[in-house]
Amino acid sequence: MTDTTFQSDTVPASLIKCPTGINGLDEITGGGLPQGRPSLICGGTGCGKTLISMEFLVQGVLSFNEPGLFMSFEETIEELGQNVSSLGFHLNDLIAQGKLIVDHVYLERSEIEETGEYDLDGLFIRLNYAIDRIGAKRVVLDTLETLFAGLSNESILRSEIRRLFRWLKTKGVTAIITGERGSGSSLTRQGLEEYISDCVILLEHNITDHIATRHLRIIKYRGTVHGTNEYPFLIGEEGVSVLPITSANLQHQVSTERISSGVVGLDAMLEGKGYYRGSTILVSGTAGTGKSSLAAFFADATCQRGERCLYLAFEESTQQIIRNMRSIDLNLEPWIHQQLLHFHPSRSTMYGLEMHLALIHKLIQDIQPTVVILDPITNFLTSTNSAEVRTMLTRLIDFLKIQKITAFFTSLNTGGSSLEHTEITISSLIDTWLVLRDIELNGERNRGLYIIKSRGMNHSNQIREFLLTHHGIELVDAYLGPAGVLTGSSRVAQEAQERLAELERQQTLVRKQLNLERKRRTLQAQIETLQAELEAESIEVQYLLEQKHQQEGHLAEERNEIARSRRANLA
Amino acid sequence: MIEPSEEECLDKGEPTVSETSAEDPYILHLYVTGTTPRSTQAILKTQHFCEEHLHGRYELEVIDIYQQPELARQAEVIAAPTLIKNWPLPSYKLVGNLSNLSRIMVVEDL
Repeated sequence: MTDTTFQSDTVPASLIKCPTGINGLDEITGGGLPQGRPSLICGGTGCGKTLISMEFLVQGVLSFNEPGLFMSFEETIEELGQNVSSLGFHLNDLIAQGKLIVDHVYLERSEIEETGEYDLDGLFIRLNYAIDRIGAKRVVLDTLETLFAGLSNESILRSEIRRLFRWLKTKGVTAIITGERGSGSSLTRQGLEEYISDCVILLEHNITDHIATRHLRIIKYRGTVHGTNEYPFLIGEEGVSVLPITSANLQHQVSTERISSGVVGLDAMLEGKGYYRGSTILVSGTAGTGKSSLAAFFADATCQRGERCLYLAFEESTQQIIRNMRSIDLNLEPWIHQQLLHFHPSRSTMYGLEMHLALIHKLIQDIQPTVVILDPITNFLTSTNSAEVRTMLTRLIDFLKIQKITAFFTSLNTGGSSLEHTEITISSLIDTWLVLRDIELNGERNRGLYIIKSRGMNHSNQIREFLLTHHGIELVDAYLGPAGVLTGSSRVAQEAQERLAELERQQTLVRKQLNLERKRRTLQAQIETLQAELEAESIEVQYLLEQKHQQEGHLAEERNEIARSRRANLA
Repeated sequence: MIEPSEEECLDKGEPTVSETSAEDPYILHLYVTGTTPRSTQAILKTQHFCEEHLHGRYELEVIDIYQQPELARQAEVIAAPTLIKNWPLPSYKLVGNLSNLSRIMVVEDL
């Protein structure tokens, strides 16, 4: 490495990296820490330096079979063991297996007198001895700067620390040196960053609006490409995870598959097929318009298909949601038992935005859902910075889209502000936007549902009345009349009126029909009478004819009789 | 643990043996790193000082931590050379090549 000609040969072959095994950190660093070199992790008190370092060693043993040495200048072995056991690391097992050495260096200034020149060979020998004993490949020095508290000759310490880093390189171990954040612009109190030139990682504990979030940032990583952002990281039950959340490029695969919204009437409004899989759906509306119910029905539909659904509730507890949904004939409990529906209630104010995002990421990775419901997202807006919320949601939506997860957000519009409030914030990110609104008319409030937009489908443009009934959600065509849109009892009244009018029309028709029939019958009777008259006439005529005929016969006979009697010539 | 093989020790005859047992002897451990000039200097200084001020009531042990790293760990030795006074209490560490021994005089009220 000291030979420049040799170096120029190795550089193109890219740096060899030592994977940390810490979730996400390897992605940001492009493979891990520089192999065989010391890296500096610095940060303020309680930002997780020790835990990250310890996880580096533990993962080294568990995942890469590389023994590790932890040299602590602050905490004792027992304290360390206790502290990291909360992350699920059992140091004693690893120590017993001979894979890990935890060594505590005790340094007490009051017991030390300095009497001239010295060096830190004692420390070197101790390190060397421990490294050789288990063949350590990974070494952590936590926190080296404690030396400055124990010993006062700074010039000696500085040159010795410089020598120590050189020595660690020749030893070929991948080392993490932790350093306490200094005041002002310096990263560490003693300026250790001057000596460690390969990789410097800064941990921060930022507090905005009384909410603390841990961030990790790579300040420098010589000879490699690395993420430059501030990445939030979590210290959870299974160790540290860093979240490389970058705004994705818009090149994710899209699906043409359609999934049911869980409400028949709503599916009908969406070409009769429902939402696109992997799309982002927003339901906005004022309080009590049934946003959560719509979300619950969507969750139910997802579970019915046998898919997993993650329901992040920021307002209600799991039990409360289940109880409330039961009132509209939706029983979510079986899905929870079948591990299809995962509720995760939390207060939005519990963590910072980044932390929420990080948690959601982690939950998604653990549960692998196809549908994620956030109810409601507006709670994040309690903080004043809506730009930040937008960024966060963009990242979340991008992340979900890449994973082809359908996202369902609800958004609460407060009475005073208009629907545009939501519009400004995230509308452009939304594929399907449903609006639930109160329609106040004749002294009552009713719920109306309409689709503001639904990308890529010929959706209904009609407003529907949205009914929450004992047998689920019903969408009823609202009455559109000269008086405008009528809902609720006015719609019912209007419908009753229409029914009455219809009845009247019916009755009139029947009456008319009856009249007609009667008339027809009268006429028929008249016809019959006339016919009978006609018949009687014709009989009469016949009779008269016959009579005439008979009379004529009689007359002829009489004439013959008379002639006979007169003895007239019978010509 | 006693390092009689060290030439410097042999020069002074028998420095590791206390002469009177009635008084509690000083128990001193000197941790050095091989035969570097600094180590050699520290050993000489220590022996000279002990002979001068603690004649007959001290036990000095010179430990090469290259040879016995485990001892260095046990004694929490970081810097070299380090002279540890284990007895009488309170024990303390003298770090450095002992070029400035006036400190120990003050501490020990000699």
